[in-house]
Amino acid sequence: MPQSPGLKQMVGALAAIGVTVGGSAAAFAYTAGWLNPGRLTPERIVDALGHRGGDPAGHRRNHSKGVCFTGTLDANGAGTRLSTARVFAPGSYPVIGRFAIAVGNPAAPDSAGRVRSMAIRVTTSDGQEWRSGMNNSPVFVVSTPQAFYEATLAAAVDPATGKPDPQANARFVATHPETAAFNQWAKTAPWTTSFADQSYNSLNAFRLIDAGGNSHAVRWSMQATTPMQPAAQAQLAQLGPDFLSADLEQRLQAGPLRWRLVVTLAAPSDPTDDATKAWPADREQVDVGTLVIRAAQDEADGPCRDINFDPTILPTGIEISDDKLLPARSSAYANSFDRRTVELGLGSRAAALEGRP
Amino acid sequence: MSTAPQRFSPIQRLLHWSMAAAILVMLFIGVGMVSTVSPRYWTLVSIHRPLGIAILVLVLLRLGVRLRHGAPPLPADLSRWQKLGAKASHLALYGLMIAMPLVGWAMQSAGGYPIVLFRGVQLPPILPHDDALYGVFRIAHSWLAYLLFATILAHLAAALFHGLVRRDGVLTSMAPILATSGHAVVPKRLTLK
Repeated sequence: MPQSPGLKQMVGALAAIGVTVGGSAAAFAYTAGWLNPGRLTPERIVDALGHRGGDPAGHRRNHSKGVCFTGTLDANGAGTRLSTARVFAPGSYPVIGRFAIAVGNPAAPDSAGRVRSMAIRVTTSDGQEWRSGMNNSPVFVVSTPQAFYEATLAAAVDPATGKPDPQANARFVATHPETAAFNQWAKTAPWTTSFADQSYNSLNAFRLIDAGGNSHAVRWSMQATTPMQPAAQAQLAQLGPDFLSADLEQRLQAGPLRWRLVVTLAAPSDPTDDATKAWPADREQVDVGTLVIRAAQDEADGPCRDINFDPTILPTGIEISDDKLLPARSSAYANSFDRRTVELGLGSRAAALEGRP
Repeated sequence: MSTAPQRFSPIQRLLHWSMAAAILVMLFIGVGMVSTVSPRYWTLVSIHRPLGIAILVLVLLRLGVRLRHGAPPLPADLSRWQKLGAKASHLALYGLMIAMPLVGWAMQSAGGYPIVLFRGVQLPPILPHDDALYGVFRIAHSWLAYLLFATILAHLAAALFHGLVRRDGVLTSMAPILATSGHAVVPKRLTLK
C-alpha cells in the first residue's frame, strides 16, 4: 500500500524526536552509572563498609565507633613560610574533633580497633575550614580506591559465623604486596589503652602553597606528647568495651591533652600519590603548633556527630595532592554522610512518634 | 494586523541557550560526580558549586526579562490541553531552575559544609547546621534534578514537535541568537491526508 508523503514525513519527524529524546535519556543514565553496574561507585564502597558486622544505620560507615572532643589548635607561626592558610598564622583556632576506631560496627569493643583515628575541623576567623582525618598507622593499607574496595569486601562479616572469612583476607593480602608495610605495623606496633598516647598521620600527601605561590608537597601528623604505655592485646580484651573513651574522659579531668602538629616536607623523589609508602625519616619536619584537647563528649549528641570530616575540605593555602585516594575519600565520605543523616533524621522522627527522647 | 512579536527578544534567546547549555552540563555533572570515586569527583564538585550559583543568578535575571518582555503568543490553533501543557511545563521549568540551586545551597548549609565557590570565595550558609534538615534537602536535590531533566526532555520533545511536525513557528521563536533575523520562517506543516 503506497504511503502518502505526509505520513512518511510524519514518521521520520517522530522518529527524529524519539531518537533525540531517547538518546539524551540514555546519555544521562550512562553518566549516572545506571547502565554499567561494574563501575566502582561511592555507593558500592559504602555498601561494602556497612557489611562488617553490627548495625551501622545512623553511623559513619567506617570508623563507626567514636567520641567527640573540643579544643584549640595553637599555631606558632612556623608554618607561615610554607602556606598562606590562616591556621598557620600565630593564634589559637577552635577545633571540633573525633577519636574513633577503624571498624564498621558502632558497637564493637574498643579492643577490636587495630587502627585508631583522629579527625579535626579547625575554623578560622576568615570563615575557612581545615578538615583532616588521620590514622595512627604510619602508612595506609592500600594505594587505590579499587584495592580499598577489595580489602573491604574481604573484611565482610559472614552472618553465619559472625566473623570475616579468614581466607578472604589472606587471598587479598597475597595479591596486594603494597599492604606489607601496613601489615608489618599492625603485627608489631604496641597496643595501648589510650587515644592520648597515639600519634596520628595524614597518610595522604597534600600541597602547601606559600605567599610566593610555591607548592610544597607535605604530609602532617599529630604527634602525641603523652608517653606511650604499651599493653598486651589480651589485657585490652579484659577492659570494658569502651575503655578508650573512659580513659580519655579520665585524663581530661586531670587537664588538657596535647599533640604537636608536625609537617613533613617531601623531597622531589618522594611519592605523593602512594599512601602505602613512608617517606625517609630524615625529611625536614616543621613543628607548626599544638593541638590542645580540653573536653570530650559522647558522639550521640556531641558536636562532632554531624560533621563530615572530608579531608579535601581545605582552606586557601592547602591543596590536595595527586593521590587518587583523596577524591575517593571525599566521594565515599559524602555518600556515608548522606546516608547516616537521612537515617538519623528518620530515626529521630520515629523516636518522636513513639514518645522516646 | 497583530503587533505581537513572533520571536523572543535577542536577550531572551541568549539567556535561553546559554542556560540550556549550563543546566544540561550541570545535570550531567551532578549525576556523574555522585557515582564516581575517580579523581574526576573532586573536579566535578568544584565546578558544580559555582555553576549552580551562576545559574541561579541567570534565572533570576531571566525571570525579570520574561516578566518585562513577555513571550510570543502560542499558535491560535493549539488545543486547550496543549496550551495548558505548555504553560504548566514552563512554570515547572522556571520553578525548578530557581529551586535547584537554592536547595543545593540550603543542603550544603544544613550539612555544615563551607560553601566554596572559588579559592577563598565562600557563600554564607542559608540554613543552620542540622543533620535532619540536610537529609531532607539532600534527597530533594536528587529527585528535583531527575524531575528537571524529565521536564527538559518533555520540553525538547515538544519543541521538536512544533518545529518538525507542526512547523508552526514556535521553535523558530527561540532560534539561536545567530540565526537569521527578521520574520520567522514558517514552512508548511505536516499533516496526514
